[in-house]
Amino acid sequence: MNPLIGYLLVAALLFAIGLAGALTRRNAILVLIGIELMLNAANLNLIAFWRYGPHPEALTGMMFAIFSIAVAAAEAAVGLGLVIQIHRHAHTTDLDAMNRMKG
Amino acid sequence: MSIVFYIIAGLSVAGALAAVLLKNTVHCALALTVAFAGLALMFLELDAQFAGFAQILVYIGAVAILVVFAILLTRGSETPKDTVYSRNPIIGLVTAAGIFAMLGWAVLHSAQALPGSGGTPMAAPTVTVMDIGNSLMGRYVLPLEIVALLLTAALIGAVIVAMHEKESAK
Repeated sequence: MNPLIGYLLVAALLFAIGLAGALTRRNAILVLIGIELMLNAANLNLIAFWRYGPHPEALTGMMFAIFSIAVAAAEAAVGLGLVIQIHRHAHTTDLDAMNRMKG
Repeated sequence: MSIVFYIIAGLSVAGALAAVLLKNTVHCALALTVAFAGLALMFLELDAQFAGFAQILVYIGAVAILVVFAILLTRGSETPKDTVYSRNPIIGLVTAAGIFAMLGWAVLHSAQALPGSGGTPMAAPTVTVMDIGNSLMGRYVLPLEIVALLLTAALIGAVIVAMHEKESAK
Protein backbone atom coordinates (compact mmCIF):
# COMPACT_ATOMS: atom_id res chain seq x y z
CA MET A 1 0.00 0.00 0.00
CA ASN A 2 1.15 3.51 -0.74
CA PRO A 3 2.38 4.98 2.57
CA LEU A 4 1.02 8.41 1.64
CA ILE A 5 -2.53 7.03 1.78
CA GLY A 6 -2.04 5.91 5.36
CA TYR A 7 -0.91 9.36 6.45
CA LEU A 8 -3.76 11.04 4.56
CA LEU A 9 -6.33 8.74 6.18
CA VAL A 10 -4.92 9.38 9.65
CA ALA A 11 -5.04 13.13 8.96
CA ALA A 12 -8.65 12.86 7.76
CA LEU A 13 -9.57 10.91 10.91
CA LEU A 14 -7.88 13.47 13.19
CA PHE A 15 -9.64 16.29 11.33
CA ALA A 16 -13.02 14.59 11.77
CA ILE A 17 -12.36 13.99 15.49
CA GLY A 18 -11.39 17.64 15.94
CA LEU A 19 -14.46 18.80 14.05
CA ALA A 20 -16.72 16.57 16.14
CA GLY A 21 -15.13 17.95 19.31
CA ALA A 22 -15.53 21.55 18.16
CA LEU A 23 -19.16 21.00 17.21
CA THR A 24 -20.38 18.92 20.14
CA ARG A 25 -18.67 20.17 23.32
CA ARG A 26 -20.06 23.07 25.30
CA ASN A 27 -16.90 24.22 27.08
CA ALA A 28 -15.19 26.97 25.01
CA ILE A 29 -11.70 25.63 25.82
CA LEU A 30 -12.61 22.21 24.45
CA VAL A 31 -13.86 23.83 21.25
CA LEU A 32 -10.42 25.45 20.94
CA ILE A 33 -8.82 22.02 21.54
CA GLY A 34 -10.87 20.66 18.64
CA ILE A 35 -9.70 23.52 16.41
CA GLU A 36 -6.07 22.80 17.34
CA LEU A 37 -6.56 19.15 16.38
CA MET A 38 -7.94 20.18 12.99
CA LEU A 39 -4.95 22.48 12.38
CA ASN A 40 -2.58 19.66 13.30
CA ALA A 41 -4.28 17.29 10.88
CA ALA A 42 -3.75 19.85 8.11
CA ASN A 43 -0.07 20.11 9.07
CA LEU A 44 0.27 16.33 8.84
CA ASN A 45 -1.12 16.48 5.30
CA LEU A 46 1.35 19.20 4.35
CA ILE A 47 4.34 17.25 5.70
CA ALA A 48 3.18 13.98 4.12
CA PHE A 49 2.78 15.60 0.69
CA TRP A 50 6.19 17.26 1.10
CA ARG A 51 7.82 13.91 1.92
CA TYR A 52 6.23 11.91 -0.91
CA GLY A 53 5.88 14.72 -3.45
CA PRO A 54 8.06 15.02 -6.54
CA HIS A 55 10.35 17.82 -5.27
CA PRO A 56 11.07 17.49 -1.55
CA GLU A 57 14.25 19.54 -1.90
CA ALA A 58 12.14 22.64 -2.69
CA LEU A 59 10.94 22.59 0.97
CA THR A 60 7.55 24.03 0.07
CA GLY A 61 5.33 21.82 2.23
CA MET A 62 7.78 21.92 5.12
CA MET A 63 7.82 25.73 5.13
CA PHE A 64 4.03 25.82 4.88
CA ALA A 65 3.79 23.55 7.92
CA ILE A 66 6.29 25.59 9.94
CA PHE A 67 4.45 28.86 9.24
CA SER A 68 1.17 27.12 9.99
CA ILE A 69 2.52 26.02 13.40
CA ALA A 70 3.49 29.63 14.16
CA VAL A 71 0.08 30.98 13.14
CA ALA A 72 -1.67 28.27 15.19
CA ALA A 73 0.33 29.31 18.27
CA ALA A 74 -0.80 32.93 17.81
CA GLU A 75 -4.39 31.77 17.35
CA ALA A 76 -4.28 29.68 20.53
CA ALA A 77 -2.92 32.60 22.57
CA VAL A 78 -5.59 35.05 21.39
CA GLY A 79 -8.39 32.46 21.64
CA LEU A 80 -7.54 31.47 25.20
CA GLY A 81 -7.20 35.14 26.17
CA LEU A 82 -10.71 35.70 24.82
CA VAL A 83 -12.03 32.72 26.80
CA ILE A 84 -10.48 34.02 30.01
CA GLN A 85 -11.96 37.48 29.44
CA ILE A 86 -15.41 36.01 28.69
CA HIS A 87 -15.21 33.94 31.87
CA ARG A 88 -14.33 37.06 33.85
CA HIS A 89 -17.29 38.88 32.31
CA ALA A 90 -20.01 36.21 32.26
CA HIS A 91 -18.62 33.75 34.88
CA THR A 92 -19.06 30.80 32.54
CA THR A 93 -17.27 29.09 29.67
CA ASP A 94 -20.45 27.33 28.56
CA LEU A 95 -21.01 28.31 24.95
CA ASP A 96 -24.74 27.55 25.10
CA ALA A 97 -25.10 30.06 27.94
CA MET A 98 -23.52 32.87 25.89
CA ASN A 99 -26.44 34.08 23.85
CA ARG A 100 -25.95 37.84 23.92
CA MET A 101 -23.54 39.96 21.92
CA LYS A 102 -23.98 42.90 24.29
CA GLY A 103 -22.69 42.45 27.84
CA MET B 1 3.51 0.51 5.91
CA SER B 2 5.66 -0.27 8.90
CA ILE B 3 4.51 -1.40 12.32
CA VAL B 4 5.91 1.85 13.74
CA PHE B 5 3.44 3.85 11.66
CA TYR B 6 0.50 1.86 13.02
CA ILE B 7 1.67 2.32 16.62
CA ILE B 8 2.14 6.09 16.20
CA ALA B 9 -1.15 6.47 14.32
CA GLY B 10 -3.00 4.53 17.03
CA LEU B 11 -1.41 6.70 19.72
CA SER B 12 -2.37 9.95 17.99
CA VAL B 13 -5.92 8.88 17.22
CA ALA B 14 -6.46 7.51 20.74
CA GLY B 15 -5.15 10.75 22.24
CA ALA B 16 -7.39 12.84 20.00
CA LEU B 17 -10.45 10.72 20.79
CA ALA B 18 -9.76 10.97 24.52
CA ALA B 19 -9.26 14.75 24.19
CA VAL B 20 -12.74 15.26 22.79
CA LEU B 21 -14.58 12.53 24.73
CA LEU B 22 -13.39 12.72 28.34
CA LYS B 23 -15.59 14.53 30.85
CA ASN B 24 -12.91 16.18 32.99
CA THR B 25 -11.35 19.15 31.18
CA VAL B 26 -7.88 18.66 32.68
CA HIS B 27 -7.86 15.06 31.46
CA CYS B 28 -8.80 16.38 28.01
CA ALA B 29 -5.78 18.71 28.04
CA LEU B 30 -3.47 15.82 29.00
CA ALA B 31 -4.92 13.62 26.26
CA LEU B 32 -4.41 16.49 23.82
CA THR B 33 -0.71 16.50 24.78
CA VAL B 34 -0.54 12.78 23.92
CA ALA B 35 -2.11 13.49 20.51
CA PHE B 36 0.40 16.31 19.86
CA ALA B 37 3.29 14.01 20.83
CA GLY B 38 2.00 11.33 18.47
CA LEU B 39 1.82 13.87 15.65
CA ALA B 40 5.37 15.03 16.42
CA LEU B 41 6.54 11.39 16.20
CA MET B 42 4.71 11.12 12.90
CA PHE B 43 6.57 14.18 11.57
CA LEU B 44 9.85 12.55 12.64
CA GLU B 45 8.79 9.33 10.91
CA LEU B 46 8.25 11.43 7.75
CA ASP B 47 11.90 12.66 7.90
CA ALA B 48 10.77 16.18 8.82
CA GLN B 49 13.00 16.57 11.87
CA PHE B 50 12.74 20.34 12.12
CA ALA B 51 8.94 20.34 11.91
CA GLY B 52 8.77 17.50 14.45
CA PHE B 53 10.87 19.31 17.02
CA ALA B 54 9.05 22.58 16.31
CA GLN B 55 5.81 20.68 16.95
CA ILE B 56 7.14 19.43 20.31
CA LEU B 57 8.38 22.89 21.31
CA VAL B 58 5.36 24.88 20.21
CA TYR B 59 2.47 22.51 20.87
CA ILE B 60 3.58 20.45 23.87
CA GLY B 61 5.73 23.23 25.31
CA ALA B 62 3.47 26.23 24.75
CA VAL B 63 -0.06 25.48 23.54
CA ALA B 64 -0.73 22.62 25.99
CA ILE B 65 0.55 24.74 28.88
CA LEU B 66 -1.64 27.64 27.74
CA VAL B 67 -4.67 25.34 27.61
CA VAL B 68 -3.98 24.08 31.14
CA PHE B 69 -3.56 27.66 32.37
CA ALA B 70 -6.85 28.68 30.76
CA ILE B 71 -8.65 25.67 32.28
CA LEU B 72 -7.37 26.44 35.76
CA LEU B 73 -8.06 30.20 35.47
CA THR B 74 -11.65 29.58 34.36
CA ARG B 75 -12.25 26.83 36.93
CA GLY B 76 -13.12 24.52 34.06
CA SER B 77 -11.68 21.57 35.95
CA GLU B 78 -14.96 21.13 37.77
CA THR B 79 -16.96 18.62 35.78
CA PRO B 80 -20.41 20.05 35.09
CA LYS B 81 -23.30 18.30 36.76
CA ASP B 82 -25.48 17.76 33.72
CA THR B 83 -23.99 17.09 30.29
CA VAL B 84 -20.70 18.16 28.76
CA TYR B 85 -22.13 18.12 25.26
CA SER B 86 -23.97 20.90 23.51
CA ARG B 87 -27.68 21.02 22.84
CA ASN B 88 -27.62 19.14 19.55
CA PRO B 89 -24.56 16.85 19.55
CA ILE B 90 -26.09 14.54 16.94
CA ILE B 91 -25.89 17.22 14.25
CA GLY B 92 -22.21 17.80 14.99
CA LEU B 93 -21.44 14.08 14.99
CA VAL B 94 -23.25 13.55 11.70
CA THR B 95 -21.41 16.49 10.13
CA ALA B 96 -18.02 15.18 11.30
CA ALA B 97 -18.78 11.65 10.14
CA GLY B 98 -19.91 12.97 6.77
CA ILE B 99 -16.72 15.02 6.37
CA PHE B 100 -14.60 11.98 7.28
CA ALA B 101 -16.48 9.77 4.83
CA MET B 102 -16.02 12.34 2.07
CA LEU B 103 -12.29 12.83 2.78
CA GLY B 104 -11.67 9.08 3.02
CA TRP B 105 -13.56 8.46 -0.22
CA ALA B 106 -11.53 11.19 -1.96
CA VAL B 107 -8.21 9.78 -0.71
CA LEU B 108 -8.99 6.17 -1.60
CA HIS B 109 -10.36 7.02 -5.04
CA SER B 110 -7.35 9.16 -5.98
CA ALA B 111 -4.83 6.51 -4.89
CA GLN B 112 -3.51 6.00 -8.43
CA ALA B 113 -2.95 9.72 -9.00
CA LEU B 114 -1.03 10.26 -5.75
CA PRO B 115 2.76 10.62 -6.00
CA GLY B 116 4.73 7.56 -4.97
CA SER B 117 2.14 5.05 -6.16
CA GLY B 118 4.60 3.49 -8.62
CA GLY B 119 5.57 0.90 -6.03
CA THR B 120 9.23 1.90 -5.62
CA PRO B 121 9.92 3.35 -2.17
CA MET B 122 11.03 6.96 -2.35
CA ALA B 123 14.43 7.88 -0.97
CA ALA B 124 14.34 10.05 2.11
CA PRO B 125 14.98 13.70 1.24
CA THR B 126 18.24 14.96 2.69
CA VAL B 127 17.18 18.27 4.16
CA THR B 128 19.28 19.73 6.94
CA VAL B 129 18.35 22.49 9.34
CA MET B 130 20.93 24.60 7.47
CA ASP B 131 18.87 24.29 4.27
CA ILE B 132 15.76 25.34 6.16
CA GLY B 133 17.56 28.33 7.66
CA ASN B 134 18.94 29.35 4.29
CA SER B 135 15.55 29.25 2.63
CA LEU B 136 13.94 31.05 5.60
CA MET B 137 16.45 33.85 5.13
CA GLY B 138 16.30 33.71 1.33
CA ARG B 139 13.19 32.70 -0.53
CA TYR B 140 10.81 32.80 2.44
CA VAL B 141 12.09 35.96 4.14
CA LEU B 142 8.91 37.96 3.49
CA PRO B 143 6.58 35.34 5.07
CA LEU B 144 9.01 35.13 7.99
CA GLU B 145 8.74 38.88 8.56
CA ILE B 146 4.95 38.70 8.29
CA VAL B 147 4.84 35.88 10.85
CA ALA B 148 7.04 37.97 13.16
CA LEU B 149 4.59 40.87 12.81
CA LEU B 150 1.64 38.52 13.36
CA LEU B 151 3.17 37.06 16.52
CA THR B 152 3.83 40.55 17.89
CA ALA B 153 0.27 41.60 17.11
CA ALA B 154 -1.12 38.42 18.70
CA LEU B 155 1.01 38.96 21.83
CA ILE B 156 -0.19 42.54 22.26
CA GLY B 157 -3.76 41.58 21.37
CA ALA B 158 -3.88 38.71 23.86
CA VAL B 159 -2.53 40.94 26.64
CA ILE B 160 -5.03 43.71 25.85
CA VAL B 161 -7.97 41.29 25.60
CA ALA B 162 -7.16 39.56 28.89
CA MET B 163 -6.24 42.77 30.74
CA HIS B 164 -8.30 43.73 33.77
CA GLU B 165 -11.13 46.10 32.96
CA LYS B 166 -10.93 49.40 34.77
CA GLU B 167 -13.76 50.02 37.20
CA SER B 168 -14.64 53.30 35.50
CA ALA B 169 -14.98 51.58 32.12
CA LYS B 170 -17.82 49.38 33.34
